[in-house]
Amino acid sequence: MKTTIRFVAAVLVTVLFLFPIYWLFTISFKTPDEIFSYPPVWWPENLQSSNYTVLFRDGDVLTIWNSLVVASVSTVAAMLIGTMCAYAIARFRTGGEHFSIWVLSQRMVPPIVVVFPIFLLYVQLGLVDTYLGLIILYTAFNLPYVVWMMRGYLQEIPREIEESALVDGCSRLQVFTKIVLPLARTGLFATAVFTFVFAWNEFLFALVLTRSAITTFPVQVTHYFGGQSNFWAKISAMSVLGTVPIFLAVAFLQRYLVRGISLGAVKG
Amino acid sequence: MTTHPPVHRHDRRFGYAMITPAVVVILFIGLFPLVWTLLVSVQNISLIDEDTSFQGLMNYRRLLFDQRFWEALGHTLLFTGIALPLELLLGLLLALLFLDHLPGRQIFVALLVMPTVISPIVAGAAWRLLFDNRFGPINQVISWFAGEPVTILWLNDPNFVYAAILIAEVWQWTPFMFLLLFASLTNVDPSLGEAARIDGAGFWRILWSITLPVIRPVIVIALLIRGLDLFRLFDVVWALTKGGPGTRTETISIYAYVQGFQQFETSYTAAMAFVIIVILSILVIAALKRVEIAR
Repeated sequence: MKTTIRFVAAVLVTVLFLFPIYWLFTISFKTPDEIFSYPPVWWPENLQSSNYTVLFRDGDVLTIWNSLVVASVSTVAAMLIGTMCAYAIARFRTGGEHFSIWVLSQRMVPPIVVVFPIFLLYVQLGLVDTYLGLIILYTAFNLPYVVWMMRGYLQEIPREIEESALVDGCSRLQVFTKIVLPLARTGLFATAVFTFVFAWNEFLFALVLTRSAITTFPVQVTHYFGGQSNFWAKISAMSVLGTVPIFLAVAFLQRYLVRGISLGAVKG
Repeated sequence: MTTHPPVHRHDRRFGYAMITPAVVVILFIGLFPLVWTLLVSVQNISLIDEDTSFQGLMNYRRLLFDQRFWEALGHTLLFTGIALPLELLLGLLLALLFLDHLPGRQIFVALLVMPTVISPIVAGAAWRLLFDNRFGPINQVISWFAGEPVTILWLNDPNFVYAAILIAEVWQWTPFMFLLLFASLTNVDPSLGEAARIDGAGFWRILWSITLPVIRPVIVIALLIRGLDLFRLFDVVWALTKGGPGTRTETISIYAYVQGFQQFETSYTAAMAFVIIVILSILVIAALKRVEIAR
């Protein structure tokens, strides 16, 4: 009886939280008549895909590709550099407590503070509107998160396993790549998902540091705000296209998710 | 606390080699902007002006009398002060709803995470469509209850725009709070509450006196993470109102963006950035102190 009430409440809450996503999703398949109907249409009947084909025809969909390149490469880079750093901290306490705190404190700096000097530096270096520019920035911004998450995971690996490998003649680097990384793969997956999601969703840096060549998808979505008469169709279709990869990643790595979030908070 | 065995010299060298790439990247992106910001803030650089003379604290003085800046700070604190407790409370209620066994719990959790993982710009876009005065469903639902057509201009009416932004913000981040609290609550040893229950303590009493104190560290860190995020609130507001109507919903991040990238006031923006860091540091240290004292 009590479980039934809770179940009904859970369904209601879930429906309520998913409704905005449902609305966005249905609008992306609606005809202009249905989009601009009053009162609004809750159950669209003539689903059509022309809102999407327009994005493909005009090449707007390339911004998804840009996001994919920037988010993937920066995730790999941040995972690599951050995990190395985390291992040194976890095993050898390199740099002491101050170094760990310093790394974490980098995450507290508001993006608006760094984006301006970075922009001027990037103008000098010719990094504005380049993949490399955004990749460096996203790598750096995700580093503190990777270091602190991976530190937690790496501390759980028993020293004895590494020591026996050292006795067997492995170098420290071999221990790291052949023993530690495979043992920490759960943590690597969980951390990589969040790193990817951060980079994929980021807006402010992308807004400032891209022009037209490598516009990312969140920036592209804001280009449709106001102005054009068909902007609702484009907003919704582009948003859905840009959200599908995230939902796939999250669904695929569902079992690491709660653990990934909670470990970061508990140990961070 | 585990005791650490001594670190050999060659291991120490290996350790330094391992952290070097991270240090280089963080210095490039982290330290350079801070130093640069401080240097530029005492000059008179603007991208539409050749003059770069030393200005001392003039930019800071100007900031002191810039009403728009203080209003932006006020909006930021208003959003943070309302959204943060709301997200915590709603997240906690959600976590309690799912805590005991519930059929299909995994699926619910997988679905509820969705608002949190989508881009804040997409969240803003979704709410823009929902809040539309004519073609959006929110006014329609209100009309049903009101019994007459309601056409609230959610994003243009100063009376409603704060509520609109807060609804979108709380919608997106309550699931984040929920996941954190849910994960830590499921790790709490159930036997802790058993004894109290035998002594006649009710559900809420056990929650308040036993369960919540146990997960307190997680609550504190969740509040810190979300508090910092809210303090630099940009994306959702940008997607919904761009700071409007007028400057009614400008946050400090939006105001700094406008000054730096639309007015090209380089030095002034740098001064503002530095003041933001100082305010943030004070708030964080004060928050941490409170936590320490209360512990």
